[in-house]
Amino acid sequence: MTLNHLAIGIVLTLLATFLFGGKKRGFFLFTFSILAVYALQPALPIRYLDFYLPTTALGLALLAWNLATPREARFSRENLLSLGWLCLLILLLGLTRILPFASLLTASAPPRLELVLIALAALTGLPLLLGYAPKNRVIPLAIVALIGLLALLKTPEISLEAARLLRDWNQQAVQSATSFDIRWIGFSYIAFRLIHTLYDSLKGRAPAASLQEYITFAFFYPALTAGPIDRLERFIKDLRASFLPSHDDWDFIIRRLASGLLKKFILADSLALMALNPQNAAQTLFTGWAWVLLYAYAFQIFLDFSGYTDLALAIGRLAGVRLPENFNQPYLKPNLTQFWNNWHMSLTQWFRAYVFNPLTRALRGTSTPVWGIILLTQIITMTLIGLWHGVTLNFIIWGLWHGLGLFIHNRWQDAFRVKVEAWASTPPRRILTSLSGGLLTFHFVALGWVWFVLPGPASALHFFSLLIPWK
Amino acid sequence: MNIPPFRALLKGLTLAVILSLLLPLLPEASQVSAYNLLFPGRPRLPFGETPAQSYNLSLYDIPAMFAAHEISQPKAGDEFRVLVLGDSSVWGTLLRPEETLPAQLNAHNLAFCGKAARFYNLGYPTISLTKDLLLLDYAARFQPDAILWLTTLEAFPLDKQLASPLAANNAERIASLISRYRLTLDPRDLALAQPTYWSRTLPGQRRALADLIRLQLYGVPWAATGIDQFYPASYPPPQTDFEEQDDKFHDLHPPLDENQLAYPILRAGIEHSPAQVWLVNEPMLISAGENGHIRYNFFYPRWAYDAYRAQLADLANRVGWNYIDLWDLLPPEEFTNSAIHLTPAGESLLAKALAERIKFDCYPAK
Repeated sequence: MTLNHLAIGIVLTLLATFLFGGKKRGFFLFTFSILAVYALQPALPIRYLDFYLPTTALGLALLAWNLATPREARFSRENLLSLGWLCLLILLLGLTRILPFASLLTASAPPRLELVLIALAALTGLPLLLGYAPKNRVIPLAIVALIGLLALLKTPEISLEAARLLRDWNQQAVQSATSFDIRWIGFSYIAFRLIHTLYDSLKGRAPAASLQEYITFAFFYPALTAGPIDRLERFIKDLRASFLPSHDDWDFIIRRLASGLLKKFILADSLALMALNPQNAAQTLFTGWAWVLLYAYAFQIFLDFSGYTDLALAIGRLAGVRLPENFNQPYLKPNLTQFWNNWHMSLTQWFRAYVFNPLTRALRGTSTPVWGIILLTQIITMTLIGLWHGVTLNFIIWGLWHGLGLFIHNRWQDAFRVKVEAWASTPPRRILTSLSGGLLTFHFVALGWVWFVLPGPASALHFFSLLIPWK
Repeated sequence: MNIPPFRALLKGLTLAVILSLLLPLLPEASQVSAYNLLFPGRPRLPFGETPAQSYNLSLYDIPAMFAAHEISQPKAGDEFRVLVLGDSSVWGTLLRPEETLPAQLNAHNLAFCGKAARFYNLGYPTISLTKDLLLLDYAARFQPDAILWLTTLEAFPLDKQLASPLAANNAERIASLISRYRLTLDPRDLALAQPTYWSRTLPGQRRALADLIRLQLYGVPWAATGIDQFYPASYPPPQTDFEEQDDKFHDLHPPLDENQLAYPILRAGIEHSPAQVWLVNEPMLISAGENGHIRYNFFYPRWAYDAYRAQLADLANRVGWNYIDLWDLLPPEEFTNSAIHLTPAGESLLAKALAERIKFDCYPAK
């Protein structure tokens, strides 16, 4: 998201809220969200892919909504009108090809009209057809397909092969393919929102949402590129309520906008110039400066991500949607468990709901000892969180690093909590305990970022040897 | 205290407007630098077209550039300070800091007047005598004992004088040089970006301020890596084959007219220099390729360069300058990607030649 995107987002949201403050604003948020999927998608070297990827995302959301919505509710007048409007918008975007400002709303000129019509037919036809299939069979398949797509995008080798295939199909230079050819803006978040609603629908606890509400939820433009990952039942409650910003809302919006701009565009972007990256990790000569680069990265990633979240929350609130918080001073927490309860909270809550809790419940029914259950659930959950960032060895190690860290902290707390609490009976001792815990946690997390930011174990180990010269 | 958001917004905006309007009236803040304080000073002036790879960037704020340079450190009592002026060949394109001419001269551990000589790299990668004079004029405050000024014919044509972005974006300093040294340049030349009141306000200064901040931030990776330049894995060699009849040199025609070259600027620089000057005609590639009998290299046809050498030697002799002509010192293999950029070995040979020949006089710094 650039400053221009931000400014446009704020102006459009203000218009939607003040001109159509009541329930009608939902229609405008629906429209802006669809347009944002195309507008925020970066240009790609594979011809028309920057048009097809957003269209496919909308098709997948339409499929998920079809599967999650009872058949009788799907063909209401409101939903048919929403579907018609969605198709019309895509058609109009396609028609901008013939206008002089062809790439005003899309990254590059859209495909020819007949190709747009084919895409539209696939976008609407396939989900409608699959909507008639038995829910309990199609939904698991849809979830697997979404996870498969995520794996394709996140695995550099598979992504590269897919890029080669698409280039070949498009009669473009196959040898120029890279794993960055398929950059699908916000898909990690979109997929998780769709999986959440599909899974809940399978369990019979998904709320009934109109097509307009569902599409707005899946592609809500303030949260499209960097979250947070909301829950459908909470989101539509806000969307259905009339909204005019109160004094408290303005207070929240201005503070979060100011904080987000400061964090993202001033502090994080400045720190990015000196933060650890694969290039400077290989070139650094001195231990002291290596630590400075690592600290700069630790703060840059936090300020960048939480700055984005602040901006998303501010624009969301301007639209009358209270998006969930994602960060709550994570680096000030005294232990790793609390860190993970306050870092990228919407993602960790998602994994808690759909991985950690079901896995814990499943293991409790076995003969696995408690410590074994804790070890397995922490390791599996954190490794999956690592894989969500990318299917590489370093992301797996990063996940394991935190999974083991959480397990060790859990065991430590079980063994020593009473003793530590008894020792920390005076205010100075309490401060010392909290401070040392905070410093230890911060450094554990910061050292973990080495795995996260560097491309392979060799470069990470080289940098560790620079940070802690043991020879 | 809970300040109402709109009031806070209004106060912030008011402060921003006041600060912006006051900025043109405030003294230069760009001499404040984290270099030589938090990070080591840079051994050469900031310059870089690929900041993310070189941890360096080009900016036009001369005080900020010098504040980032190691020359801003206090001068030691036993130091004989020599400033080395010139173009990219002195700055050291494609060379590591320790491979540049000033660094290689330092490796000779020379001593003058009972003091240890320390050579400072004030080369800058554009070719213009006016740009050199601009830097020399500012560098006077750093108590030099001597100046080693390397130059080449390409720095002399009048149309090159303000073409350097550093000169073009320092119109006030250039106007001051023109006025003080009665140079035959036009202070209202369209090549000069003339400052206005608004260009001095906060919005007008946003690019300069951003560059200044970025320069400070790049101090961290510079200190961590010692890298201040992007080193490509390969680069094209300098041109050695030329077209038939290709004897062009700017818009000049034989015989080479002295009045079309910036000798008065060189003269002003040497005569008003803060310290004694040794002038060096720098080495260049002498091509033995196709039509090498017409052109020495990409820059020079033989007729122009031969005439320039004769003119410069004659002038130096007439006015009594310390002048060394090293134009043909190096074989073609000691040049990298241009007819004036040297290999580390080439710089070493040049440093050796200079170390043997320069003899600075012992009189106090001006």
